[in-house]
Amino acid sequence: MSHSLISRRTLLKTSAAGAAFGAAGLPFSLRPARAASATIGFIYVGPKDDYGYNQAHAEGAKVLKGMSGVTVVEEENVPESVDVQKTMESMINLDDATLVFPTSFGYFDPHMLAMCKKFPDVQFRHCGGLWHKDKHPANAGSYFGYIAMGQYLNGVVAGHATKSKKIGFVAAKPIPQVLNNVNSFLLGARSVDPSITCQVIFTGEWSLAVKEAEATNALVDQGADVITCHVDGPKVVVQTAANRGAFVCGYHASQAPLAPEKYLTGAEWNWATVYEMYAKHLLAGEPLPNFTRGGLADGFVKMSPLGPGVSDAGRKQFEATLAEIKKGGYAVIKGPLKDNKGKEIAAAGKAFPETAIELESTGFLVEGVQGSTS
Amino acid sequence: MENDIGLWGVPLAVLGGAIRVSTPFIFVSLGEAITERSGRINLGLEGTLVFGAMAAYAVAVETGSPWLGVLAAMVAGSGFGLLHGWICSFPRVNDIAVGIALMLFGMGLAFFFGKPYIQPSAPNLPAIPLGDWSSIPQVRAALNVNALFVIGAALALFLWWAFKNTKLGLIVRVVGDSADSARAMGLSPTTVRLFATAAGSALAAVGGAYLSLYYPGSWNERISSGQGLMAVALVIFARWNPLGCFAAALLFGGAGALGPALQSVGVTQGYYLFYAAPYILTLVIMIATSSPGRQLAGAPGELSITK
Repeated sequence: MSHSLISRRTLLKTSAAGAAFGAAGLPFSLRPARAASATIGFIYVGPKDDYGYNQAHAEGAKVLKGMSGVTVVEEENVPESVDVQKTMESMINLDDATLVFPTSFGYFDPHMLAMCKKFPDVQFRHCGGLWHKDKHPANAGSYFGYIAMGQYLNGVVAGHATKSKKIGFVAAKPIPQVLNNVNSFLLGARSVDPSITCQVIFTGEWSLAVKEAEATNALVDQGADVITCHVDGPKVVVQTAANRGAFVCGYHASQAPLAPEKYLTGAEWNWATVYEMYAKHLLAGEPLPNFTRGGLADGFVKMSPLGPGVSDAGRKQFEATLAEIKKGGYAVIKGPLKDNKGKEIAAAGKAFPETAIELESTGFLVEGVQGSTS
Repeated sequence: MENDIGLWGVPLAVLGGAIRVSTPFIFVSLGEAITERSGRINLGLEGTLVFGAMAAYAVAVETGSPWLGVLAAMVAGSGFGLLHGWICSFPRVNDIAVGIALMLFGMGLAFFFGKPYIQPSAPNLPAIPLGDWSSIPQVRAALNVNALFVIGAALALFLWWAFKNTKLGLIVRVVGDSADSARAMGLSPTTVRLFATAAGSALAAVGGAYLSLYYPGSWNERISSGQGLMAVALVIFARWNPLGCFAAALLFGGAGALGPALQSVGVTQGYYLFYAAPYILTLVIMIATSSPGRQLAGAPGELSITK
């Protein structure tokens, strides 16, 4: 693989421009200034109709396509490697993109940060990264939603639906966002019945269909009867769990059409809110915020409509908790709380609401979760 | 807790995993065994597998019949095989290089045509409930055996017998061991290899159909994650013996299920290591059975890697 920072497309573009320059004999700007119009690039790690992570982002991008003055360029299936740098370069050089959203977790460091240094005039906003003003360039930034609250609500519904008092979680990698979701799912269920436990299985990759199916089967074999997940495309997990007769809670986007009878509810992204906000700032020529966070109340995250498997008691507690969360300041991680190795995370009286910055570097699984972060 | 099977979950998951996960390995490795026995290597089977998965899924969605999907995969697969065999019939063409090109071509083509089929749900292939004697739901689930697995097992047995006892088997072996003797017998090595590659590719595509139509049972662009390539390696591991291919595929499927199963019973440390289990196993067996003094036992003499 080439280690050159000049991609093939850059080279083609430069030589084409050179040829045009020679032919016309007139100087022209490579990137003409256009008022109130902008090209925005979206990069996805998988297919944009995967019933999951990428589909959620693509649905947000679709809303921007309807805004006047905005041109959207997209590329799917871009690996978290030097490939994403080449994609960003070609979006900037060929399509004149002035704002780029590399949406996958692994794009941030070092790939997006390298591009930030190379193109200081272009804005980069990453989904899920932890941008810090002392550590990262000013044209970089990150946005994310407090979707763990959605997993907490999933847990509330799961707590009412489980008969075996054991629920299951198919997780990709033990990173803070995933661990927060696992913890919230269990704590939501424990708000219904404190004897519930949650088994987590890490597959090690964001998208590994056969392993996700094996993990789901293993969870059901061990008696888990409500399953949720945090992988890029929940389709396989949802279908496998429903086939085995377990209830499922969705993630990223609504998977209700895949298992209408077994789908309880799901934590969905609503990225249109975030992308519209950025696009409006960009068109108005205003600086873009570097650090954007929001939750259920801000419309960054939404819940799927409750399915037919949700009991009346479950529905009632779900709605009450949702209303409580929307008021703001709701804390899932609150003392007294231990992790599953017995270490104290929060003393009595200490609470971490969704906005707590500590939660963005979570490295523990709470008591009652069977699993390990390494 | 009722139906709590505890640590029994691990052997059960390995057994279930061996049955569920191994089928694509069985078909691809049997297909490659036919091709390699005729003296040619087709590394393009990963591409054929992915294209077969896509073609089967698309046809099953459109017609509502999963078996028509399997048939479509076979047709598409043999098309890829014929292409490989035809290109390799020209002088001084390297079959390995052509295989790699066709692998990338097959995957690219599958992604292109498969785009509209990521979302729809296709009807699944039927399973045979061999576990109905048991009252334990986990055992019943593990022994839910797909028809393709049974066909794969029968095919392994048939090929093992046919290589030894039929005229066709003899022809393939002669062409694979010595092209000169084959010509002396009045056989055309090019034609035999063309059809052996086509048959091998058709089987590999059926492996893909199993992935998209049964387990995990949906089409997306990462459905295979290298299983076609691993299966090609399995053939060498199995010493070109169809029964060995079947056993190696079962071993791989079972070892692949070990990681999730161990986590589900509480052995949660070091799962990345457990996920490497199938590959470590391969390495160990390869090293244990290799010898610097002799050629790989059972290797066809005309293969470009052993020549």
